[in-house]
Amino acid sequence: MMTGSVWIAGGGVISGIGRNLGACVASFEAMQPGMAYMQHLHSAHAQTFPVVEVKAGNDELAAIAGMPAHWSRTALLSRIAAQEAWEASGLGDIRQYRTGFVSANTVGGMDKTEEFMEAFLTDASKGKLRQVVHHECGAVTELVADAMGVRHHVSTISTACSSGANALMYGARMIRAGMLDVVIAGGTDALTRFTLNGFNTLMILDQQQCRPFDDTRTGLNLGEGAGYVVLVSDAVAKGIKPWCRLSGFANANDAYHQTASSPDGIGNFMAMKGALEMGGLQPEDIGYINLHGTGTQNNDSSEGLAISRLFTGGVPPASSTKSFTGHTLGASGGIEAVFSALALRDGIIYPNANFSVQMHELAFSPVTAFSRGNHLRNVMSNSFGFGGNCSSLVFSKE
Amino acid sequence: MKAFIQGAGCVSAQDSNVFPGEVRNYEGDRLPVADPDYKQWIDIKQIRRMGRAIKMGVAASHMSLENAGIKNPDAIIMGTAYGCLADTGVFLQKLVSQQEDMLTPTAFIQSTHNTVAGQIALLLGCHAYNNTFVHGAFSLENALQDSLLLLAEDPSRNILAGATDEITDFSHTVLRRFGLYKNAHTSGLLRSQSQGTMAGEGAAFFVLSAGKGEHSIAQLTAVEMLYRPASEEETTEHIRIFLQRNGLQPADVSLLLTGRNGDTANDRYYETVEQSLFNDTPVAAFKHFCGEYPTAAAFGVWLAAGSLQRGSIPEEAMVKGLPPVQPERILIWNHHHAKHHSLILLEKC
Repeated sequence: MMTGSVWIAGGGVISGIGRNLGACVASFEAMQPGMAYMQHLHSAHAQTFPVVEVKAGNDELAAIAGMPAHWSRTALLSRIAAQEAWEASGLGDIRQYRTGFVSANTVGGMDKTEEFMEAFLTDASKGKLRQVVHHECGAVTELVADAMGVRHHVSTISTACSSGANALMYGARMIRAGMLDVVIAGGTDALTRFTLNGFNTLMILDQQQCRPFDDTRTGLNLGEGAGYVVLVSDAVAKGIKPWCRLSGFANANDAYHQTASSPDGIGNFMAMKGALEMGGLQPEDIGYINLHGTGTQNNDSSEGLAISRLFTGGVPPASSTKSFTGHTLGASGGIEAVFSALALRDGIIYPNANFSVQMHELAFSPVTAFSRGNHLRNVMSNSFGFGGNCSSLVFSKE
Repeated sequence: MKAFIQGAGCVSAQDSNVFPGEVRNYEGDRLPVADPDYKQWIDIKQIRRMGRAIKMGVAASHMSLENAGIKNPDAIIMGTAYGCLADTGVFLQKLVSQQEDMLTPTAFIQSTHNTVAGQIALLLGCHAYNNTFVHGAFSLENALQDSLLLLAEDPSRNILAGATDEITDFSHTVLRRFGLYKNAHTSGLLRSQSQGTMAGEGAAFFVLSAGKGEHSIAQLTAVEMLYRPASEEETTEHIRIFLQRNGLQPADVSLLLTGRNGDTANDRYYETVEQSLFNDTPVAAFKHFCGEYPTAAAFGVWLAAGSLQRGSIPEEAMVKGLPPVQPERILIWNHHHAKHHSLILLEKC
């Protein structure tokens, strides 16, 4: 029943360093992280915390997405990246396949609900209902599924910062079970005041550019965006030239604290180990790790120690692309899956920006320069989140 | 892949051991929850800080684990349409009214949709697979489908799967403005013949495994979702094919358990399909026990599994026909605004 491989037919990304995958790669190559003071989100903290916004207002995004500008920014971003992923796959008319859309997000239409609440709190009969009609995470997914013409399966996963990675796993497993031929899988999240203030209360936002895997790191920068891969079955992959294969994945729970990782990263370790096992790989087979690497004291220490424990024969080149895109929460697993799949296709290793001081508890440090032409066979992508949710994906050339 | 339900737990407007017994009836436009004593499972200091979505989810999951005689599951998978609304509402209200100043982290920490599954894992010390689906009236269904896939991949697992959703004063006020609810009495809700239903909330969890055991309550044979069918005819055809794929004819279904909620247009949809597919099949409903909410089908699964185990359907559940004696097979068909349809097939074991 569970047979065959799952291939990556294409991918698309919109983030604060580019409106499409090519533009994002150009920013990595030019060493240009996307942090800036906010231009589109209206917050009391606008001058305090740098963020990595997609550099376009909702009117402009709506025009690209072909959607009304009053819809949630989460949906607009999602549609743009999903469409890019679909076009990159070269699969043609979506209606010829049993297609699913598995999208992750953590905020849903919260950007609009915030606007609604301003009026609603003064008078419960006030506030435009159209601002809350897409509040639920699943409603955002359906706006995009409908626009893409997806009918066979729609679902939404929300496991905080690991959401996007879990979307790829679920999609891959439905393909392996023979339920679907093609799944567009990944995640989306728009910046909202809700998340900005939430992370601020946890005191894990850096007031400067974040410094993942640096000993002087003091927190993360929030970002926004969306990223999707197109997963296909063996049969569909035969007719195209896939980027790579999703060869392993695992999901584990840290079961330590609602918002903090265990000091030694037990959940992180289990997720990475499980993904390698499913892929039939040894740690030394991995050529590059796309780190979760948020830039918080806690994450980078736990993740780094778990990596050290697993990769005993030496840690492969590793970097956090969040040092460019910021932490895009529910989108990050999807965005970084696309970066990882492209890394295999084009032999790219991404740089980690703002690194200068070696972490005292680790023996390895992140890669700081962009490079092409690397002979990568297998790439790992980590996504860890609140609620102890830990997920790792492994992509393989063959 | 089939699964056996080894244990079930439910927190709802009804007592957790209501069937067979006295059904609680309610008047108004929303059903409250008959709260169990949460101290059995959660530290009293934590209870005060927890939103109801979390408390109900933790309680129902523990009941199902105790019922199955299992301490630590090999996966925790749940569905929630709205997530932790109470904490979301608190944080959002303060954010707006205090202009983003002097906010505290507790409500934010507990507002994320995966809080419930995370809390369950934390309380059990469970490092296993952990997932949360947040897709309206497909949330429970995806959690069950994910469970069936996991069992197909590794039949040795015991999986804790379920759903939770809460109503808050905020959410109820907003949803009421959409014209979804009306004042009614639960005992007459299904005959009310007018627009609107009564809101509900609750949680139900199940322990699923591949093999039949001494605790097995019922067999979960298949789960399916149908998104945006164009017409009642398409839905009818879909149900027919779903049954066929499981080697069944409509006549093989002992009881059709529908998501009727007292809203005329909503209920007419069931009626139309029943007339062409289930003319001679007894039909029951469950939302007059638990209220309408996107994951209410979890209550339906709990009711159906218990009915198969006891060999009887509660009289109060019946809409058409007589309650079947020693039912073999119950098909739960729920739809939400005719856009999300789910089919969950349970069999006696």
